[in-house]
Amino acid sequence: MSIFSLMSLGPDGWGLAMLAAAGVTLSVAACGFVIGSVIGAFVAWVKLSGGALARAAADAYTTVLRGIPDLLIIYLFYFGGSALLSSIAALFGPGGFVGVSGFAAGAAAIGIISGAYQSEVFRGAYTALSRGEIEAAKSVGMHRALLFRRIIAPQVLRYAIPGLGNVWQLALKESALVSVTGLVELLRQSAIGAGSTREPFSFYLAAAVLYLAITTVSSWGFRRAESYSMRGVRRT
Amino acid sequence: MTLLSTPAVSIRDLRKSFGALEVLRGISLSAAEGQVISILGSSGSGKSTMLRCINMLETPDAGEIAIGGEVIALRKGRRGRTEPADRAQVDRIRSRVAMVFQSFNLWSHMTVLENVIEAPIHVQKRPRAECIEEAEALLAKVGIVDKRNHYPAHLSGGQQQRAAIARALAMKPKLMLFDEPTSALDPELVGEVLRVMRSLAEEGRTMLVVTHEMGFARDVSSRVVFLHKGMVEEDGPPGEVFIAPTSPRFRQFISEHH
Repeated sequence: MSIFSLMSLGPDGWGLAMLAAAGVTLSVAACGFVIGSVIGAFVAWVKLSGGALARAAADAYTTVLRGIPDLLIIYLFYFGGSALLSSIAALFGPGGFVGVSGFAAGAAAIGIISGAYQSEVFRGAYTALSRGEIEAAKSVGMHRALLFRRIIAPQVLRYAIPGLGNVWQLALKESALVSVTGLVELLRQSAIGAGSTREPFSFYLAAAVLYLAITTVSSWGFRRAESYSMRGVRRT
Repeated sequence: MTLLSTPAVSIRDLRKSFGALEVLRGISLSAAEGQVISILGSSGSGKSTMLRCINMLETPDAGEIAIGGEVIALRKGRRGRTEPADRAQVDRIRSRVAMVFQSFNLWSHMTVLENVIEAPIHVQKRPRAECIEEAEALLAKVGIVDKRNHYPAHLSGGQQQRAAIARALAMKPKLMLFDEPTSALDPELVGEVLRVMRSLAEEGRTMLVVTHEMGFARDVSSRVVFLHKGMVEEDGPPGEVFIAPTSPRFRQFISEHH
């Protein structure tokens, strides 16, 4: 069987299943990335303006999360979450093992890993801001929230976009690890197809093409965003 | 006898230290409405710090500042440092006191026009169409209306500073602070900024100008204040202090800056 008939979108092909799995990959990575942005922004703020204790906690978070394997974190979230749910279920009667959803555990794990990287991206971007422009905003009477919304956030984002593009690619690839929880994302779907048709190479090749398609489109998107945000910056 | 009106700004016994360095050692100064005061002094004399205290970019350690009669409330904060007692009051006062910086400090992610309308729209909450109309008139006045859709990075220093002056004027300020507005400019660009400042002085605006431009101090300002080591050393109309300075240090300063 050729790879094209194998991947056809018709009733006998695996094409639709593979596309749906690519959709799951994209969703779990995107959810994780967004969770990571929230965590990252908060941790960056703590690192920049928190007290000594809060800063130490934030540093510990980034050190630990960037220092242990991503697969291990996914296991911890999946089995830790399941153990927690099981023990809560046991309080309400005899229950067995209650598993958390692979999607939720995966998105949370990607989020907390991505947050560690994003906090460094945001912190670096903030330190690149011009103090003078912030003073100018204060001098016209902007209160803190307005200063953040109109001056700091757009400029931090501008400097952060290239770094965020990298972190997004990492999140996308981490999503493949979430297959260990049984979530049928792109890699898991490929393994299922490979197993039942005994055509592993075709399936993994198709998966590679789909991953590349996603990363190519998204890096084009990040480049567009970068050139838009840099429109007021003189290139040297 | 004329009736004394409320001064545009009055400073009483202002003190400020950075660590062990005492930058302001009890400055008192008051500017009547319409006065243009040039503040001179060698570097380290405290002239920029004094200016930055007026809109609370620096918090004084002691002393009192009143803008249009309203005293800025200060309190002792943690570790005995003074801080503004009421942030809303500081923001309100800042919106009436405009500042022009040495390094322009235009917001780099906004065009010239966006820079000028930003605070009128978002701080003063005035209607957008009205702000744009006024901004274009101000940009025409400072001679860069053709650059309104350019980003600051694509303008010369002189154009950026004129845009910054238009941004300051857009707030309809009661008082304008200039912190060495021409010091970062190439010599051939100084004139265009000074011309704009002179026209503002002629309109009767109240201005405090920290400067090294002796020509501006002598010809444009109505009063010259010379600071030395954080204290007022000489204070008077330019026609008097430049011809017959009472302070030997100011006499020396004049001779060094010619």
